Amino acid sequence: MHDLLIRFLIGGTVVSSFALLGEIFQPKSFAGLFGAAPSIALATLGLTIARHGHAYAALEARSMVLGAMAFFCYASAVSWVLLRYKTHALVTTLALMPVWFGVAFGLQALLARWAA
Amino acid sequence: MMVEIKLDALKEIKPHEIAVRFLFGGACTVMAGLIAKQWGPAIGGLFLAFPAIFPATASLIAKHEKEEKAEIGLDGTERGRLAASVDAAGTSIGCIGLIGFALVVWRELPLQHAEWVLVESLLAWVALAVGFWLYRKRRMDPEPVALPKL
Repeated sequence: MHDLLIRFLIGGTVVSSFALLGEIFQPKSFAGLFGAAPSIALATLGLTIARHGHAYAALEARSMVLGAMAFFCYASAVSWVLLRYKTHALVTTLALMPVWFGVAFGLQALLARWAA
Repeated sequence: MMVEIKLDALKEIKPHEIAVRFLFGGACTVMAGLIAKQWGPAIGGLFLAFPAIFPATASLIAKHEKEEKAEIGLDGTERGRLAASVDAAGTSIGCIGLIGFALVVWRELPLQHAEWVLVESLLAWVALAVGFWLYRKRRMDPEPVALPKL
C-alpha cells in the first residue's frame, strides 16, 4: 500500500509537471511534444530498478518501445480525425483509445511469436 | 513562427485542471505498476507509454481556445478542435522521442549505472522530439524564396 501511494504521488507530480511545461510553449505543435514526455517511465523506473533490478527494468523498457509505437499511431489518428472531421476532442481521444491497445498488444504478440 | 516561452499561460490554468492531470498521472503510474506485478514486465512495460493524460489535455486545449474566441463574441468550437489536432500532431512527433527514450533504457540499462542511463535516455527524447519537430516544420513551412528581379 505504501509503495502504491509513493507511485501515485511521484507519478502525479511528474506527469502534471510535464503537462505544465507543455502549457508555456508556443506554437501548439511544439507544446504537443510534451504530451509524449516519458513521464510515467521517469516516475516508475527508479522504483522498479530499486525493487527488481536492472534486467527487469530493461525488459519493461523493451515493451515500452512497442507502447510508444502504439502511442504514435494513436496520436496520429487523433490528429487526423480532428483535422478531417472536426469532431469533439474528448470523444475523439476516448473513442480512438482502442487504436493504442490494438497496436500495443498486436506488436507484443508479434514479438512473443518471433522470440519463441 | 519560432518557439516561444509564455509564462503568463500558467496564470490561465485553473487549479482543478492541474488536479485532473495529477490524478490521471498518479492513477496511470499505479496502474502500470499493478499490471507489471500481475502480468509481468513485458505487459507492464507497454503501459509506461500509455497516453495517460492525452484525452484530458486535448479536451482542455479545445476548451481554452473556445473560451478565448467566446470573449470576442465568436464561436471557437471548430478552432478549438483544430488546435487540439495540431497539439496531437506535436504529440505524435514526441512519440518518436519516446521510442528513442525506451530504446536507450532497454539497451543501456544492463550495461551502465541507472542514473547515467536516465540522463542519456532523457537527452535522446529531447534530441529526437525537437529534431523531428524542426525537420517537419521546415518541410511544412519552407522559407519564402526571394525571386530575382527581372
